[in-house]
Amino acid sequence: MSGHIRPDFAIILDAVPTKARVLDVGCGSGELMALLRERRGAMVRGMEVSQAGVNDCVAQGLAVVQGDADQDLSLYPDRSFDVVILSQTIQAMRRPKVVLDQMRRIGGTCVVSLPNFGHWRVRLDLLAHGRMPVTRELPSSWHETDNLHLCTLLDFQTLALETGWMIEALHPISGGRRGGVQSQAGLVSNLLAETGVFVLKRG
Amino acid sequence: MLERVEIAFETWGSLNADRSNAILICHALTGDQFVASANPVTGRPAWWPQLVGPGRVIDTDRFFVICSNVLGGCMGTTGPASSGPDGTPWGLDFPVITIADMVRAQAALIDALGIGTLFAVVGGSMGGMQVLEWVARYPDRVICALPIATAARHSAQNIAFHEVGRQAVMADPDWCGGAYLKAGTRPAKGLAVARMAAHITYLSDSALQRKFGRTLQDREALTFGFDADFQIESYLRHQGSTFVDRFDANSYLYITRAMDYFDLAAAHGGTLVGAFAGFKGRACVASFSSDWHYPPTESRIITRAMIAAGIEVSGFEITTDKGHDAFLLDEPDFARALEGFLGASARQRGLA
Repeated sequence: MSGHIRPDFAIILDAVPTKARVLDVGCGSGELMALLRERRGAMVRGMEVSQAGVNDCVAQGLAVVQGDADQDLSLYPDRSFDVVILSQTIQAMRRPKVVLDQMRRIGGTCVVSLPNFGHWRVRLDLLAHGRMPVTRELPSSWHETDNLHLCTLLDFQTLALETGWMIEALHPISGGRRGGVQSQAGLVSNLLAETGVFVLKRG
Repeated sequence: MLERVEIAFETWGSLNADRSNAILICHALTGDQFVASANPVTGRPAWWPQLVGPGRVIDTDRFFVICSNVLGGCMGTTGPASSGPDGTPWGLDFPVITIADMVRAQAALIDALGIGTLFAVVGGSMGGMQVLEWVARYPDRVICALPIATAARHSAQNIAFHEVGRQAVMADPDWCGGAYLKAGTRPAKGLAVARMAAHITYLSDSALQRKFGRTLQDREALTFGFDADFQIESYLRHQGSTFVDRFDANSYLYITRAMDYFDLAAAHGGTLVGAFAGFKGRACVASFSSDWHYPPTESRIITRAMIAAGIEVSGFEITTDKGHDAFLLDEPDFARALEGFLGASARQRGLA
């Protein structure tokens, strides 16, 4: 079954225990939330900044509020979730460190998937052409992208450690396929992974 | 103090064996209990026909739907036009009532119907205030709360518009200090002006512009007088004059006052989170982008407090230019969201 699921979603599903309380920050139109509800029986809630996304989620019966993670995560009570998810969202946050801090207050585990700006194709684009890269993972040109804070896997890992998270695992994804799980990001994954999915535990 | 209260109500659908499929719908300021069928007294059609009925979002084939006229109203429930202890209409001797009183009266009705827990309490505008009051006052008796286009307290602007309306009623000599029924008159002019002012708050600037603009009413040119030259004037006059035939002026005073006094946080130690603390059900908070009477910011205050109270809440805003009235109109995105929320909640409760 999990063969039909996007690889980053499959990794996130694996990281979520059955019946867990889950908050999906930046849940879009609820695709991942619906999977978590169906496959994990999770009690899943979402926050999404776009109104169209929120309306789609509510129409599917998903509990989603319109909100801006940069500000609104502070509303949630301490430890109110087992897992907090940031799926392809952290790079669009104005204050990623504050978001990571809030997530640590709210939940015990945090799953973050992000595009890796350290991938070799990105580096090559910049080196060879002197242009901001446009790739599968980063499809918008520099002036159109919603991404405010692009980083490499190593950059993110440093920030996560600085905010007091422990790295439980890094799942690299490349060419749409899962690579072998690693205990943390290193020079090789920072070069070869197009996307990284970090599983973080409260230290 | 009211010794005895009569409550006029309507129901649709049937209560299931374990009495778990009841939905209470709370009406707005000038609404009535005829949410899903025509009012036989006024002849006015059902006020939420696109949402409530067989096969609709609030499906009367699945749910037992209850709607009652609010306390202080004039469609059968005890109000200022009802007979007081001396056998004559209460008038201004009727006690001032609150949204909480309206909800206590509804709870008494639900008790009398033998229903312990409501699957859902739904309402827009003043109906939404009642939904919030239900959540705060009877948190164990509500599974799903749907406050729509509403606020947890009345804003200064809303109190101001209500005050204009009340003053218009009271300035009409036929109001007779509130004793117009005994005097055999009715403050029709004052109440019509009140309705005209209120009606403006239900519509958005752009909707008024789109519907009426500066179009003239049945004439080719301005008359340079005070006739209803503009279509919008004629429309408002019509709204005012038809309203007085169906609504009691003192009811209008009492109910608008109840709305002005509504401040849910103040009644619960100063915080909305405190008001919602005991609620274990789910909530769905809806608002409409062009509603300046109960704007989306007011709904967001409710949603945020519910998040902080740990409630499973959905909060969304519908883009529309139809203003506050949008909640009563055909808004497909709104219907779709309500259907999704109620459907998922019903499955969770085993009410498939």
